[in-house]
Order: sequence, then structure tokens, then C-alpha cells
Amino acid sequence: MPSATLLGQSILSGVFIGALYGLLGLGLSLSWGMLRQVNLAHFALAFLGGYLTFQLSGRLDPFATLAITVPLFFLAGMALHWFLSRYAADMLNTLLVTFGLTTIIEAGIQRVWTADFTRMETHYADIRWKIGAFYIPFTELATLVLAMLLCTAMWALIRFTDFGRAARAMTEDAAMAAAFGVNEKRLGYVISGLAAAFAAVAGLCLALTHTLAPVQIYAWMGVVFAGVMIGGLGSAMGPLLAGFLIGVSEALTMAITAPTWAPLVSFSLLIAIILFRPARF
Amino acid sequence: MRVAAGFLVFAAVFAAIPFLGLPAFYETVLYLLLHAVVLATSWNILSGYSGYFSFGHGAFFGAGVYVTAALVAQYNWNFLATLPLAAGAAAGLGLALGAIVFRVRALRGELFALLTLAITFVLATVMLNKVDGGPGIQVMADIPKLAPSASGTLYLLMLAIAVGTVWIARAVFYSRFGTGLFALHDDEDVAEVMGVPTYRFKLAAFALSCALAGLAGGIHAVFVSYVTVAETFSIALAVNVVLMSALGGTRHWLGPAIGAIVITALLYGFTAGQAPILGRVLVGVILIAVIVLMPEGILGKLRKRRRSSKPKPRSEPFSNRALTAISGEPILVARDVRKAFKGVQALSDASLEVRRGEILGLVGPNGSGKSTFINVVSGHYPADGGSIVFEGRQLVGAPAHRIARAGIARTYQIPRPFHHLTVLQNVALPPMFGQVTMDRARAEEEAWRWLEFTRLADKADRYPAELNLHQRKFLELARALASRPRLLFLDEVLSGLTPTEMDEAIRLVRAIRDQGATIVFVEHVMRAVLELTDRVVVLTYGKAIAAGVPREVMRDPQVVDAYLGTAHA
Repeated sequence: MPSATLLGQSILSGVFIGALYGLLGLGLSLSWGMLRQVNLAHFALAFLGGYLTFQLSGRLDPFATLAITVPLFFLAGMALHWFLSRYAADMLNTLLVTFGLTTIIEAGIQRVWTADFTRMETHYADIRWKIGAFYIPFTELATLVLAMLLCTAMWALIRFTDFGRAARAMTEDAAMAAAFGVNEKRLGYVISGLAAAFAAVAGLCLALTHTLAPVQIYAWMGVVFAGVMIGGLGSAMGPLLAGFLIGVSEALTMAITAPTWAPLVSFSLLIAIILFRPARF
Repeated sequence: MRVAAGFLVFAAVFAAIPFLGLPAFYETVLYLLLHAVVLATSWNILSGYSGYFSFGHGAFFGAGVYVTAALVAQYNWNFLATLPLAAGAAAGLGLALGAIVFRVRALRGELFALLTLAITFVLATVMLNKVDGGPGIQVMADIPKLAPSASGTLYLLMLAIAVGTVWIARAVFYSRFGTGLFALHDDEDVAEVMGVPTYRFKLAAFALSCALAGLAGGIHAVFVSYVTVAETFSIALAVNVVLMSALGGTRHWLGPAIGAIVITALLYGFTAGQAPILGRVLVGVILIAVIVLMPEGILGKLRKRRRSSKPKPRSEPFSNRALTAISGEPILVARDVRKAFKGVQALSDASLEVRRGEILGLVGPNGSGKSTFINVVSGHYPADGGSIVFEGRQLVGAPAHRIARAGIARTYQIPRPFHHLTVLQNVALPPMFGQVTMDRARAEEEAWRWLEFTRLADKADRYPAELNLHQRKFLELARALASRPRLLFLDEVLSGLTPTEMDEAIRLVRAIRDQGATIVFVEHVMRAVLELTDRVVVLTYGKAIAAGVPREVMRDPQVVDAYLGTAHA
């Protein structure tokens, strides 16, 4: 059994990685739950965001790059929604089309930035605090704060505004919502744009905390999708909470057994939920 | 016979290649093509036929690869002896996953796709930790000498498996099993109510699909001779397989094979031409283009509409005449049936009896539980409590397909035809899964009879989308009749019909009863209820409040209350 300090540090790193799961899951959950689009390309977009941040970080502060990537990705999200709603009618087709898009983006990244691992060098990487026995890196903390901020903001938006009411109505029954005056087309563009903008922020966090490589796009899919399914489709806080759950469970698994066993955690949690709470689906 | 000969000639021609003394290059390229054919075709048996898209085909293939690799390299097994185990391990994995996933009805499409995607990562993790250990496994197998060279032998093995796989895919396609899979692809609930054992069929298709992938994996382990987790459990394989099948056409047994050849040739051309990145982009572009432009695939686009001709009936027209007299003996007894939907009590202790040979009208205001009653009896919804006994058999708790087999059929208020099956195929389905299970030819013969009965014979080759509402209602009727039920539930077959169409429908219902079926008739059109029924049962708030001869029951003050409210004058 590892020491208490090691366990504590594991839990802490689990919370940090869980925040990134939640941030990646947020956009996925919105487009899946509200627009009935399973957007696999979300991960490729996030990595593209990471690479763009890396590219721009030579001239700009990494956080300032958001001023460029977020509007750009918002437009990309709208374009994607236009294409999917026009050409890929059912949910399975959105999944296939975005799978195709993923391979294209992946190949594009590989062409521009090569297949090798890339690491963004910033002075932020050197900032870390020691609280008690635990280390807290600034980049991880920034990820956590951004994830919590965005998820909470999105949750409040869905919960308290007219936009949110319309979105919830659309989630439940799009045709009926439209019949009652919800402009579902415009709403769809906004939601898809927001989802992609969240991918841009997730990209920044990826670049801050991880090394980037094109094949890594696929490494996140299983875990984040499991988180979204556990957290609930269309929910803003669900994926974040599920992300924390998965992140901490993984970190503890790594500390107690071996790091290579971590990928089993999210899947086991998902299977357990399917078995014991099938009504959720 | 002609098809069997075709398969044999194909196999014989390609089996000769290793003996021609060509450079090994040809064997290798052909091997890769066949390997893709096996993977795509096996994937399609589950995913194309039944509509459960698996993104985990790489995992089942990988299971086969690693079983053979580990047994050969670490335990010195004979390579051929490992193959059944490779197939078995993959099938077992599929069965275990399916047993969990297929239990949840809502887990259709995308959730299944993502879960199977996840199993790839899980299996990769387990293999890395438990079998591989990191660097990969060197597979040095003693390859039996079936051909002049080792690569020739592997090519022959893969050829045998490819021909076998396509043959199996074709056999399934035309079988009762395949018909059931295509039906559940379109509407799983209705398929189950028509007698298709959906859970078992899905499991069987999954296991078969996985076993073939595992078999291919076992041979591939020896072909590549050095296996690593990263190469084996790649997402690319899963994507390519989906792409190949979608390109060739998932609704045809040969589609995936054709797609596999096209895509593999393209990819091979690009990797050989030093442009692997471009090849990947191309795969993505083709995938998107196929979904957008050719959702039915190459074969789906090319396939011409088959003209069916009515066969000469071989059997006597069906009749239960001996049973026609209303015997008074109950055929179905429902006692205290309860069903609630999130607090709304749709049926609360509903009790009623259906007598053999009668037409029983089930009436009541909207929301009184008539349709719910049908849904519960037919097994579409499970009852919360109570008992329903049909000819001495308890139906509560029985799966819907068993209820169909016991001799109960139903129509849906809003017609729910199988959209990708022709009218003839729609009607031929229930006889294949009814009380007596007929083969396809017999079932189609039976279907023709009911198409003529409902005057749909000239629409036999159309798809349901091409029918108008009146014809769809009659299709619904023909489909319910084709299983020759002893008890038939008609859920508002008349609603939305014009007066003339209604007369025809009333004539049909009479004719059905004259052939010996007992009918429960749910209807709002009072004229039809009075004209047709021998008895009526009135439901309000999920309870049967009156039963008897129509004209008398309609004067019962309780019934008047239920429909019109209490009189206060």
C-alpha cells in the first residue's frame, strides 16, 4: 500500500486530469444531447486547438491565443453544424462523418507538425506551489479553474436563461419545441459553435499540460465518452463530475497497481452503470 | 446450385495462384485483399444486417491475433491448432459484451458503437499488461506445407476463410436468421412482437461476426510474425472495416467484400507510393462522401428492384372453421392487470375475458388504457402485476416473441412497417417466426395469400414508404394475419379511413373471423363497433367497468358517465 502522501498526490492529480476529461466532455455532451450529433471530431478539434496554441505561443502568451482560437473554432463549429444537419441526417451518420473528419484533421496535423511528440515550452510550466506535502502545478490548476468556470457558466446558462429553456425544450423534443416558436436552427448553430469553442479552450489546456501527438487524439476518446455517458447527455456539470470520478479512480488505480491498468477504470465504471442503472439510458 | 458453383470456381482459380511460380509479392497483396474481405464481411453480419454498428472489430480481430501469438510463441502450440481457440476467444468476448449490452433496449446505435470502441482500448490494456509485456511477441510458427512457400500457405488459408466467410454471410442473408436481423434493424420492438427472438439473434450474430474476425486474426499473427499491441489494436482497422462495408453496401452480402477490395487497393497504392498521409486523408474523404452521396453503398445503388411473381399455391387455403362457433369458452383471461408509466396508472386492476370465436370490442374514452392493454398482452410493455392467461398459458413475464409464437398477433394504431423491407417481405416475416416456423419460400407463399386478401398484391414489391395510409393500415393487417393467429388484436384499424375504405375494412374483419380467429377490436368508430362486435368491454381509467352486448352496454349509466360525464339535470 502506498503512503498517504502518495495517495493524496494521486487524488490531486486525478482531480486535475478529471477536469480535462470534463472540459473535453462538455462540448461532446452538448452536441450529443441537444443536437443528436455524436461528434468524434471534437477530439481532433481540441488537438488542433492545442497545436494552434503551440504555434502561436511563440509570439503570444498561451492564454492570449484564446482570443484567436475561440472565435475561429466557434465559426468552425457552426460550419460543422451546417454540414451535419444538411447531409448526415441520423445520429449514426454524424458519427461516421465525424470519424472521417477526424482522420482528415489528424492527417493534416501530421503533415504540418509531424507525427512526433510536441511540447509547448512556456514559463507557466515552471510555476508550481507546494502546499503541505503536495505539489500544485500552475498549468494543472489553470485547467481545473477553466473547466469549472466553463461548466458552471454553461450550467447556469442552461438552467436560468431563455436560451437555456429553449435548449432544454429542444433536447426533449425538437419538432415540438420548433412548433412552439423555438428557433431551433439558430439555436443549433449557437450550441455547435459553443461546443467547438470549448474544444479550443480544451486545446489550450492540452497544450499546457500534455505533450501533443496526432495519434493521441484517439487516446482520449474512450475515457471522455465514458464520462459523458456516465454524466448524462446534454448535461453541463455531469461530464465534469464524472470526469473527477474517473480521474481520481484512475489515479488511485495507477498508484495501487500499475499505470498501464488505468484505461480499464472508465470502462468498468461504465459497464457497472449499464448493469445497475440501465434506466439512465 | 449456380451460386455454389460460382464460389467453387472462384476458390479453385485463386487457389492455383501459389503454384504458378509468381513472385511472392502477388501472394502478399492478394492475402491482404482477402484479409480485408474477411474482416469487412464478418463485421457486416452483425453491423450491416442488424444495424448495430461495432467500432470494436479491431478488438475481436486482436483477440485472435494474441491468442495464436501467445500459444505459438509461449507454449509452442501447433499453429493450426490455435485457430479454433483464436476464433473461440473472440466469440466468447463478443458474447460476454453482448450479454451485457444487448440487455438494455435503449442501447442502440451510437452507444453500442462507442462501447465497442472502448473495448478495443480495454483489451489492448489487458494484453499489454498480461500477455505482451511491452515489446511485442515474435511468432515463429511451423507453417504446414500446403503450397510451395510459407506465404503461399497463409494465402491459401486466408482464401479458404474468405470464401467461407462470404458463403456464411450469404447463407445468413437468405435465412430466417438473416430476415430476423434485417427486421430488428428497422424496428426492434415490432420484430420482437412478430416473434423474432431479438436478444438471441443479436448475440448469435455478434458471436459469429467475432469468431470469423478472430480466425482471421489467428492467421494474421503468423503472417506478420511480430505482433505488437499498438499495431494490432488500432482504431484504423475498425474505421476501415466500417468504411469498406458502407462503400460496398451494408444491406447486401457481397457489398463489404467489394468495398474491401476497393479500399485496400487504394490504401495499398498510396502506402506503396510513399504517400501514406494522403491515403489517410483519402479514406476520410471517401467515408464522408459515401455517407453523403451513397448511403446505400455501391451495391445498394446498383441493385435493381427484384420483380416477385406470385407462386402457385401449394397448400389448401387456411381455415379454422371448426372453431368458428362462439363457444363461450374463454381463450384469454386477464385478471387485475396493472401497468403504470411514471405515476400515471394506465391499467389499474383491469380484468376481462375474451371468448373463443368472438369479436370483442374494447372501447373507452381516450387514455382509458385500451392500447396499453394490447401492448401489455402482446409483450410490448411488461405488466407491473396481475395475470394474463392465454389458452392455459401465463403471458405475464413472457418475452414478446414467445407470446407471438403462442398464437397472438396485433396491429399498431400508427402503422409500423419495416421500412427497408418490401411489402411482400414485411408480410412474409411473421409466418417465419409464428406458431409454425416456415422457411422463406413457404412464408412468401403464405404472404401472397394475405396480400390478395387485403388487396395489396400489386404492391408486393413496393416499399412501405410508397403506400398511402389506407394501404399501410391494410399492410399492418396482412402482416398480423400472416402468422395465422388464434387471437388477433386490432388497434384502431379504421381511424383515418374514408367511409368507403372503412366498409372494405369491416368486410375484411368479418372475413378474418370467419376463418376462425378470435378478434379483439379497439375502435372509436361506434358504427363499426355496433356492426361488428359480439360483445364489448368498456375501459375507463384503466379498469373494465362494463361488459356485454354492445347496444345494452352503451346504455349502461356508468358507461354514459364515462363518455359524456354525469348528468345533472
